[in-house]
Amino acid sequence: MSLLAINTPLVRRILVGFLRDEIWKVGASKAVLGLSGGIDSALVCHLAAEALGPQNVYAICMPYKSSNPESEAHARLVAEASGVHFSVIQITPMVDAYFEQFPDADPMRRGNKMARERMTILFDHSALLGGLVLGTSNKTELLLGYGTLYGDMASALNPIGDLYKTQVWQLSEEVGVPRPVIEKQPSADLWAGQTDEQELGFSYREVDQLLFKMVDQRATPQELAAAGFSPEFVSTVYSKVQNSHFKRRLPVIAKLSNRTIDRDFRYSRDWGK
Amino acid sequence: MRDLTAALVQIKPKLGRVADNLVLIRQQVTLAIEQGADLAVLPELALTGYFLKDLVPEVALPLESPELAALQELSRRISIVVGFVEVTPDFQFYNSAVWLEDGQLKHLHRKVYLPTYGLFDEQRYLGRGDRFRAFDTKFGRVGLLVCEDMWHLSAPYLLAMDGATSLVCLSSSPGRGVEEGELGAAVAWRNLTTAMARFLTCRVLYVNRVGFEDGVSFWGGSHAVAPSGQIIAAAPEFEESLCLVRLAAGDLRRERISSPLLRDENFCVTQRELERIHRERSS
Repeated sequence: MSLLAINTPLVRRILVGFLRDEIWKVGASKAVLGLSGGIDSALVCHLAAEALGPQNVYAICMPYKSSNPESEAHARLVAEASGVHFSVIQITPMVDAYFEQFPDADPMRRGNKMARERMTILFDHSALLGGLVLGTSNKTELLLGYGTLYGDMASALNPIGDLYKTQVWQLSEEVGVPRPVIEKQPSADLWAGQTDEQELGFSYREVDQLLFKMVDQRATPQELAAAGFSPEFVSTVYSKVQNSHFKRRLPVIAKLSNRTIDRDFRYSRDWGK
Repeated sequence: MRDLTAALVQIKPKLGRVADNLVLIRQQVTLAIEQGADLAVLPELALTGYFLKDLVPEVALPLESPELAALQELSRRISIVVGFVEVTPDFQFYNSAVWLEDGQLKHLHRKVYLPTYGLFDEQRYLGRGDRFRAFDTKFGRVGLLVCEDMWHLSAPYLLAMDGATSLVCLSSSPGRGVEEGELGAAVAWRNLTTAMARFLTCRVLYVNRVGFEDGVSFWGGSHAVAPSGQIIAAAPEFEESLCLVRLAAGDLRRERISSPLLRDENFCVTQRELERIHRERSS
């Protein structure tokens, strides 16, 4: 824990500044985000409300028929606590219409489709409201690839992508995320009773310690073993990070010219801003 | 040498918008003049922003550009230090800083140490400067450093040995390190500037920018260090600011009398040992 302890008032200040600066400089003043009822989107919602004023933040809860009803209740709680606009858009009709054609689809395909359905709704509301879509993936999920490419991983800006889940918990206390949301078990909520930690096979607290040492401190396998991590755990996590790397990159472009986008045509995204 | 009031001009340049940044710089420098400053120090790459990448050739200015001429003209009223991308007649590009005074370009420094590791990629896009030279100003002898230059012990040392009594460091330092306690980058920089001031009995003026580029914050926190190593003025972190600080010539005199470190510095030993190390390393 101590390794991952952060100065929460400082991080809050930087992230609020990040949201203001990066949104205002493109001429926007509003933000749109999906509010799942979980802690990550709750934290982003609170940060956005502080940065832009709650009247400029549009939180949308997008349940599917199998989502736990408690999730919507928690999303509502977060919207009330942060004062942002709140709406509920059911994705069941769109998702079910699609899977009528593919009734044998497995839970992974169904979960990905739901995540991408939500993404299209958020980006549609981005156009409707003139606000930027905020990402809510944390560093743990991004490193493990525990997210849907072009689904929940899609956004314009992500304030919490450099915070491990353990740090998300700390910062959520600081910004006043409602207690039930901080204390509940993390879940992708694809079906009732699902929990992230069950699905991943390890706890966030364990894996955050490992990822921090592996990624941030570049510890060697020998150092990780000496720190008490089993070689199997280290190798599972290393493989997850490696095999999900494609999700963290833009699509690969076949090089032909002398200036290929992102290889030798390099500009910051904030070009001219 | 005389007393002076320095303005640490902590701004938020726009990435690649030279015309907009020039307007901002002129506004801030004019404000510094109105507030009685004798010297205005702006951050590294104040005219262009930092993560330029392939924008480097598009935003680069020759020394005789109208943009620099405008600031040179303004320097009849106040001495100005500013960072920009310089292009030479043979199309070399440098991360440069100039000291403008009395309508003249007094000194040009090209950043020598271009960080190319971690989040930095300067040497991919920019040429390396090849000298550290102190120079005379209305306010005594000065040495200019651009950001990473300060992290190489030899750079401030050489400038102090060349007679500089004030070290002016222009910076675009990213905010990182959010463990418990103060911002890691800020702690590291303050340790560095205060140690350099103390070791070299020099004033240090450190000016860092603020704002964000592609999610990277620049933490500001510009400050002035007395030759004793005491921070005597500091701008806030993360916010735009015009921070004025009075620097008394007497403080420098007093410090150099009470801590005559530079008087006792054995230049010959240093030079002889460096030559020996160089000889042994190259053989």
